[in-house]
Amino acid sequence: MSTIAMPEPDAGVLARAPQIIAALEAALPAGTVISSPEETRAYECDALTAYRCPPLAVVLPRTTEEVATAMRVCHELRVPVVPRGAGTSLAGGALPTADSVVIGTMRLREILEVDTANRFIRVQTGVTNLAVSAELEVEGFFYAPDPSSQLACTIAGNIAMNSGGAHCLKYGVTTNNLMGVRIVMATGDIVELGGPLLGVSGLDLVGLICGSEGQLAIVTEATLRIVPKPEGARPVLIGFDSAETAGECVGRIIRSGLLPVAIEYMDDVCLRAVEAFVKAGYPNCAAVLIVEVEGSEAEIDHQIERIRLIAEELNPVEFRASRTAEESLAIWKGRKSAFGAMGRLGDYLCLDGTVPVSKLPHTLKRIGELSKAYGLEVANVFHAGDGNMHPLILFNANAPGELERAEEFGADILRLCVDAGGCLTGEHGVGIEKRDLMTKQYTADDLAIQMEIKSVFDPAWLLNPAKVFPLEVSQPHRDAAARCP
Amino acid sequence: MQTNFTDTQLADPATRRSNEILRSCVHCGFCTATCPTYKVLGDELDSPRGRIYLIKDMLENNKVPDERTVMHIDRCLSCLSCMTTCPSGVNYMHLIDHAREYIEKTYKRRWEERALRWLLAKILPHPGRFRLALIGARLARPFRKFLPDARLRAMLEMAPDHIPPASENDRPQSFSAIGARRKRVALLIGCAQRALNTDINDATIRLLRRHGCEVVIPKGMGCCGALTHHMGKVEESHTMAAANVRAIVHELDGEGLDAVVINTSGCGTTVKDYAHLLRNHAIADDASRVAALAKDVTEIMANLGLNDPFHAEPLRVAYHAACSLQHGQQIRSAPKELLRAAGFEVVEPRDSHICCGSAGTYNLMQPAISSELRIRKVATIEATRPQVISAGNIGCMMQIGSATEIPLVHTVELLDWATGGPKPRSIANSVAVKMRELPACRC
Repeated sequence: MSTIAMPEPDAGVLARAPQIIAALEAALPAGTVISSPEETRAYECDALTAYRCPPLAVVLPRTTEEVATAMRVCHELRVPVVPRGAGTSLAGGALPTADSVVIGTMRLREILEVDTANRFIRVQTGVTNLAVSAELEVEGFFYAPDPSSQLACTIAGNIAMNSGGAHCLKYGVTTNNLMGVRIVMATGDIVELGGPLLGVSGLDLVGLICGSEGQLAIVTEATLRIVPKPEGARPVLIGFDSAETAGECVGRIIRSGLLPVAIEYMDDVCLRAVEAFVKAGYPNCAAVLIVEVEGSEAEIDHQIERIRLIAEELNPVEFRASRTAEESLAIWKGRKSAFGAMGRLGDYLCLDGTVPVSKLPHTLKRIGELSKAYGLEVANVFHAGDGNMHPLILFNANAPGELERAEEFGADILRLCVDAGGCLTGEHGVGIEKRDLMTKQYTADDLAIQMEIKSVFDPAWLLNPAKVFPLEVSQPHRDAAARCP
Repeated sequence: MQTNFTDTQLADPATRRSNEILRSCVHCGFCTATCPTYKVLGDELDSPRGRIYLIKDMLENNKVPDERTVMHIDRCLSCLSCMTTCPSGVNYMHLIDHAREYIEKTYKRRWEERALRWLLAKILPHPGRFRLALIGARLARPFRKFLPDARLRAMLEMAPDHIPPASENDRPQSFSAIGARRKRVALLIGCAQRALNTDINDATIRLLRRHGCEVVIPKGMGCCGALTHHMGKVEESHTMAAANVRAIVHELDGEGLDAVVINTSGCGTTVKDYAHLLRNHAIADDASRVAALAKDVTEIMANLGLNDPFHAEPLRVAYHAACSLQHGQQIRSAPKELLRAAGFEVVEPRDSHICCGSAGTYNLMQPAISSELRIRKVATIEATRPQVISAGNIGCMMQIGSATEIPLVHTVELLDWATGGPKPRSIANSVAVKMRELPACRC
């Protein structure tokens, strides 16, 4: 298919497929195991559709105990397991292998406990991100991390990828808002880590689980920090006639000491697509920033005025402060719909690198130059406040060779991010997409430590195979695991 | 999303259209979040994204679909909630319609399934036959527990206690405008609705006349074709749609028409899509003209502006958004604004974007999922403590009405009442509407 290699499936597992499926069906309630080839095909990829492979079977448990049963069966039969939330990963985090069993969390949908006095909510992890905040709405609270796919993505996936979102500039990413987890180990053992208390003593094992991309365990329940909703919040929209000036404006806002809830960036290519869908009346210019501030009306007015003074020094083509809830929604809707709306321009590859905010103008300039060199258009839409970039490379999936060219372009952009002092991923995770670039970011020793930690949790290396660690780097660990009885 | 069709396959216009639709999908998964069947079943195969995958596989490989694929596609309500959610503008409606047509042509259903679908296609679109069937069903209802098939039991359970006689108003004729004529409109009198409830058309005619419309019931109109269309029975649906197009064009080219008014939003979604439905038909141009004139009754009323309301009691109304209205036609605010303008207090249930499970013949063909959706819908509506429930689609009215004591009316019945018409029958007959003791609102 294309440039990122996946290992050969284990012939032994493939040969035992009927027995494996029978064992899962015998151990789990009817309607939990999916194994017909027509049906497993729908689970062959997530939102990174360039890589596809139907799994051996899909298991959709309804309880932690059923997850544990499925894990135990797979462990006993030495079958790789691919955890899956809502399948919205852009990094291929839920890509199956032909010899794997997908265990989905989408039926784990209970809200277990809401405690506003102690500021937490406990949920099963198949609950969607937005459903958590919806549950808290009447109480006047919300769950802060808000990835653009928050309508559909699950808490399980958010924890696996340590997801961020527009509002993370102020409130932090998932790991800053995760207090405890209930996990199912590769062996099927159920373990509780952390809980609804601050400052738990000992090693931060919850922090270890968060962002581990399904390499260590499957998270079935989570205790999440909730925060009271601010009295109000309003975005401003600032348009610039050059990408670099917009990047410069971000740096100046942060440098001034202001801490907006979010600073979002969209360039002209993205604006065109979004305008066609939302019709928010975005200005026709090279780049816009959406800066949201929150607090009381007086605080909001004060902060907007300071942002206006900063922006005006850079001669914006437009400065529009939202006055009503409807205007705020319209401004945000375009940003939140950006990724899907890009589909209107063609196929795209969505990247997720992070650079220091001060390096934004330089990085945007270099991406523009690379775009010309590769002959592929790129749209930039990202969380500018924390330098988390999402260049979307446009290509035609039905044209031979274009995907490979887009991938090379993408890899160059991610190398550019690392060279600028940033990193490969802000929030989407490594998955398979950035797997082979991990050696650019980390030394061999760094990776060895990470793999040793994985071996503690998953000695047989059965969980989410072929992700995160470059295949040649993980080969010795996988070989050792295969020799293990 | 990448597709793999051969040039030969793409020579077929229907496949070419489906290829365009599939290419616009980026597989982002947003649609899963608002799909009612995914919410109930929790399997991606029962979500739009999963179904799109099944359809893609079936069409690309010219497959005779297997039983499981057909099951997942059959489970789609066609509520089109996914189209409201989709940021990429994927036209799921045209894709699933093509899939249904393809399945109907290539897949042989079991005999009892075929018999059932044949029966529904022969009865529902014909009000005379449907009325007889309803009377028969009411008589047979006490014996339903002896029936082996849940779908047959669901059909008997659905038969209402009161089956009205055919209304004189539904015959071809013209009703003059009251006062100066502002518009001349044709009314789509529908099929199943006419047999189940004659009050809706009566109220629509009164309301439109009172607002300066001459209302024409053209000769030769019948079912819009939606019922058979959603079963993949293309020939029947095209024949019915074409008959309506001819009947309406006859009026249009005669005395002229300003609009074709539809008060069953399920039909409205289909009539508005006539241009696509009949695009390869000899009367494609006429079909486009009719589709362009099609308006939901609340659209036309919003355009006309409501007369001063003076007549109705200021009840607390829970507005149920029919999927065909909110998703199929993207009409969300007009009905609520009209009800408010008519003096009612309007409340909306939580998850109003989720289907009630009626969905044409869905409640008959998929009773288990439909019943679960009905339970959820009625619970959210009742939580708003309404005195009356209002909806713009007969299917939803039957579905929700069968599970609540709260009176249920069509939106036009309330608008008609407020501007001088009679008190809607179900409110007049209801003991649930207590004016003095308004229950406290929880929302």
